[in-house]
Amino acid sequence: MESLTNRKKVLEQKPMNFIERLYLPAIVKGMAITFKHMFKKKETIHYPEKTREFSINYRGMHSLKRDEQGRERCTACGLCALSCPAEAISMIAAERKEDEMHLYREEKYAAVYEINMLRCIFCGLCEEACPKEAIYLDGNIVPADYLRRNFIYGKDKLVEPTLT
Amino acid sequence: MSDKIKITIDGVVVEVEPGTTVLNAARQIGGNIVPPAMCYYSKLEESGGKCRTCLVKVSKGSEKDPRPMPKLVASCRTTVMDGMEVQNITSPEVIEARKGVVEMLLINHPLDCPICDQAGECHLQDLGFEHGAAQTRYEFKRRTFERVDIGDKIQLHMNRCILCYRCVFTANQITDNRVHGVLGRGDASEIGTYIQQAVDNDFSGNVIDVCPVGALTDKTFRFKNRVWFTKPVDAHRDCPTCSGNVTLWYKGEEVIRVTARKDQYGEVENFICNTCRFDKKATSDWEIEGPSKVRHTSVISSNHYDTMQPLPVIQQKPALIIANQEQFQKTSKQ
Repeated sequence: MESLTNRKKVLEQKPMNFIERLYLPAIVKGMAITFKHMFKKKETIHYPEKTREFSINYRGMHSLKRDEQGRERCTACGLCALSCPAEAISMIAAERKEDEMHLYREEKYAAVYEINMLRCIFCGLCEEACPKEAIYLDGNIVPADYLRRNFIYGKDKLVEPTLT
Repeated sequence: MSDKIKITIDGVVVEVEPGTTVLNAARQIGGNIVPPAMCYYSKLEESGGKCRTCLVKVSKGSEKDPRPMPKLVASCRTTVMDGMEVQNITSPEVIEARKGVVEMLLINHPLDCPICDQAGECHLQDLGFEHGAAQTRYEFKRRTFERVDIGDKIQLHMNRCILCYRCVFTANQITDNRVHGVLGRGDASEIGTYIQQAVDNDFSGNVIDVCPVGALTDKTFRFKNRVWFTKPVDAHRDCPTCSGNVTLWYKGEEVIRVTARKDQYGEVENFICNTCRFDKKATSDWEIEGPSKVRHTSVISSNHYDTMQPLPVIQQKPALIIANQEQFQKTSKQ
């Protein structure tokens, strides 16, 4: 069948001549390339001892922010979970008690907030959807682990530490 | 049909009974020429005329008196005349006025949609989205009220109230003894129960459904979940006091809220009693009819199936079920 694009090249296979059949010149040529690379600048780095600089709009691990007074900004409105294309976010809301005024900014807060880091595709839609500026993907790379359940990050890992 | 009279709304002619309001005539045509209504409620007598969102322009009064009406009129309170010509969305004046009305309604309305349980099925949200400006120009402190507790079933958030009076009419007409009404005047007016009495008669829960905003919400549903994560399912039961036709709102296997069924204008079809609304929250109490129809433009329609039993994602093989359970053990947090 004729190809749709005319970019196809037909290779013809000639029988090898005597020098080619020796393979030695080809081996020497290949070794020369390998040897040349020993003097070139290395492209790899020793991760995790050394890390590369991230771009300023890099999206890493999520963090749940606190406001100036150290109260959690998240009000469990569920817009991040709604916008999440991977359905990685789930939460349970609770009502703030009288003595929790210093902990949570709004009347309602997220008692449980979980992100499944294996589902998350780091698209940043949760960050865009958040009306309270509570979630940002400003963290580092999510660390590796052996167990799947350890990738479900709860509030213990997500909420920013307090300033004090 | 000689006693029917003709009215033209946005160029569409419709014949209606004398005494029909312009709003109801528009609803007979349907579509996007129906003016929005925040306070008018077809099931409640004397409702309407308060919110002014249904303003329309009457470009021709009637066949006998073809002069246009001098000002925009509230279509829920204006009855049709023979040969009347009404402009709704075809008139830029009406669009502009409606934008102003929305801004006016939002002056004292707190922007706490992330907290409010009504979000997702709130008429003011829809109205603001469709007709309002994106920004507020209001610079002063919003009106706030002390929180009043009106019982353990209904939550009152006076800050969110737009004073549509629907709940007052409901309490007047549906329930026998009214224990709440509007107190105060003008800027200070508020919905309150006299001597903070619990609204505990049998149909009082309907004020939750008629409230166009989140001022009256279900306390048993308070902060339980967001509306758009729940699945509405039509169900009915043999109820001695009411029709028993309701919508159950499921989260997983659990019924977390029961409301009356609502039509395309967000008005309930049949008022339901408090027993159905608050006390019957088990699937075994109800006979399931099927998933409720949700407008595809509504946020509630996200991730919804049209059938009751969608095709299983996990196949019914014993080996696979065991493997899935093991996987679930591994993945779920302890």
